[in-house]
Amino acid sequence: MRTPVRRRVGNTVMVTLAWLAVGVALFPLLDMALLVTRHALPALRWHVLTTVTQGLSGGVANAIAGSLLLVGLAAAMAIPVGVLGGTYVAERRGGAFVRGVRLAADVLAGVPSIAVGYFGYIALVQALGWGFSALAGSLALALLMLPYVVRTTDYAVSAVSDDLREASLALGADHTTTVRRVVLRAALPGILTGVMLGTGVAVGETAPLIYTASWSSFMPTAHLTHSPVAYLTYVVWTYIDQPFASAHALAYAAAFLLMVAVLALNVAARWAIRQRSSGGGGA
Amino acid sequence: MRRRPRGGWLAVAALAAALTPTLLLVTLAVLFVSAWPALVWNGLAFVSSHVWSLGNLYGGTPVVRHGFAAPAGAVYGAIPYIAGTALTSACALVLAVPVGLGVAVCLAERARGVAGDVLGFFIELIAGVPSVVFGLWGFIVLVPWIERRAGPGLAHVFGFIPFLRGPVLSGQGLLAAAIVLAAMILPLIAAVGRDALLRVPREVRDQGRALGLTDWETLRDLVLPPAVPGLVGGVILALGRALGETMAVLMVSGTGNLVPHTLFSPTTTMASAIVLDLDSAFTDATGMATAALAELAVALMVITVLVNLAVPLLGEGVSRVATMVNAGRDAR
Repeated sequence: MRTPVRRRVGNTVMVTLAWLAVGVALFPLLDMALLVTRHALPALRWHVLTTVTQGLSGGVANAIAGSLLLVGLAAAMAIPVGVLGGTYVAERRGGAFVRGVRLAADVLAGVPSIAVGYFGYIALVQALGWGFSALAGSLALALLMLPYVVRTTDYAVSAVSDDLREASLALGADHTTTVRRVVLRAALPGILTGVMLGTGVAVGETAPLIYTASWSSFMPTAHLTHSPVAYLTYVVWTYIDQPFASAHALAYAAAFLLMVAVLALNVAARWAIRQRSSGGGGA
Repeated sequence: MRRRPRGGWLAVAALAAALTPTLLLVTLAVLFVSAWPALVWNGLAFVSSHVWSLGNLYGGTPVVRHGFAAPAGAVYGAIPYIAGTALTSACALVLAVPVGLGVAVCLAERARGVAGDVLGFFIELIAGVPSVVFGLWGFIVLVPWIERRAGPGLAHVFGFIPFLRGPVLSGQGLLAAAIVLAAMILPLIAAVGRDALLRVPREVRDQGRALGLTDWETLRDLVLPPAVPGLVGGVILALGRALGETMAVLMVSGTGNLVPHTLFSPTTTMASAIVLDLDSAFTDATGMATAALAELAVALMVITVLVNLAVPLLGEGVSRVATMVNAGRDAR
């Protein structure tokens, strides 16, 4: 018996609507990529990458260097702490403390980044007296990265099969060696994915940096405190609002660099998760 | 049988693990302590007054209340910002939920194999795009489109509804902010929803087919009901994201300090008010302006924490996918 026409039409309508939703969802991304690429390619000359901003023109070298410094410092703080903490939570497996850490990580991941930025301003810039600085900015970024690294490490280590742990222990390895040489090795792809995702979050942030790193028209210095730092997202935010073509060109160039960085980190994260070693370990 | 782990690294690792809850509590505590003067000075005016003004920052006699001083003429009524946050997020959800669920269904039920992987990758990539880039797109593409086409069109057709009445003004405002927010939170709804749908066993779909149901009927009657917690989880996460989003909203919402009364009114959210006002707040010698902004930050943080606390209640799966998608990618 054939399905009545009314029901078949209903089905076709719903399937079409679902595909339409995909189109609607992807449109901003594609339009955005085209817009930024179209305006950035003519603007991206070598001197834009190698000179610092001068007023509303010049280049974005200071912002590129500042972004690398801020994200690098944040990663150096958040990744060791996050991987260690995530491994602990996963290996410990239960109990109130573990549940508390997991809940705190989930909650911290949802805290608005401007609240973290304001915390950084009050606690680090003012109370600790670091001033607008790379250290204050990167600590705020690290706070935002941390929950991602903790949770992805947790998932990756939890996914490692117990057979692998027991095999290692049966061979006479102690628990520390088992975790370090066997479990973490198996969980590495998942952990790398989390690291890449967390780094992607840090690269794209603006709100936590405005009142911690502030802005500087100069290259970052060796002083990690009392020395404001430039970053790429600031260029996009402020320069697109200016009525000058030179400012717009810099904003598009910065947006293009940010999109390429995020795309690269996402592709790398996807690549990392494919590198599953035996015994599971994917996040 | 699961063993207790042993080893020397354990103490250090426990400390590292304890750092996450500690930092969360320290953040909340620091914001609360710095907001304290404003909490006392404002009292209920914070949630009842419609006026937000930093007062006379360059002169005048400070007003002392309960032992704390604020500049002459200062009023910190957060109602316009609370309304701005609630309305931008609500309008964003109205736009994003149907589309996000459509994408979730499409990814879970239709786009399987390589095509599904590629589509899923691009949908998740949206979550990773920096919010200033969304803001740039909104400012350059969306705002002029609302000003010239969408706005006048909407106001012309639906102008009999007070909320949709013009004038459209510059195109910056509630509608622009809602559309940009909707585009940003879509991937959360879609990816968490897709995961919820994929966790419904294949056999359920075969049963539907065996009963002679169409794919849509199978989805509606058999697959969707058990997936509801996951779908709801995605929507809650999206709401949490929308409430706290700062930069993209700031770049397209205009800067109104009134409660928005139409879809085209300029508006300011709690998050964007902090960025907008902090520069002038620095010049307040009494320090009350920065305390009032800290009060905004505390209020915003408490609201988003409460929203996000609802998510773990919906199951480990939801918060796991959320971790990945929040950062731009679902690593399953």
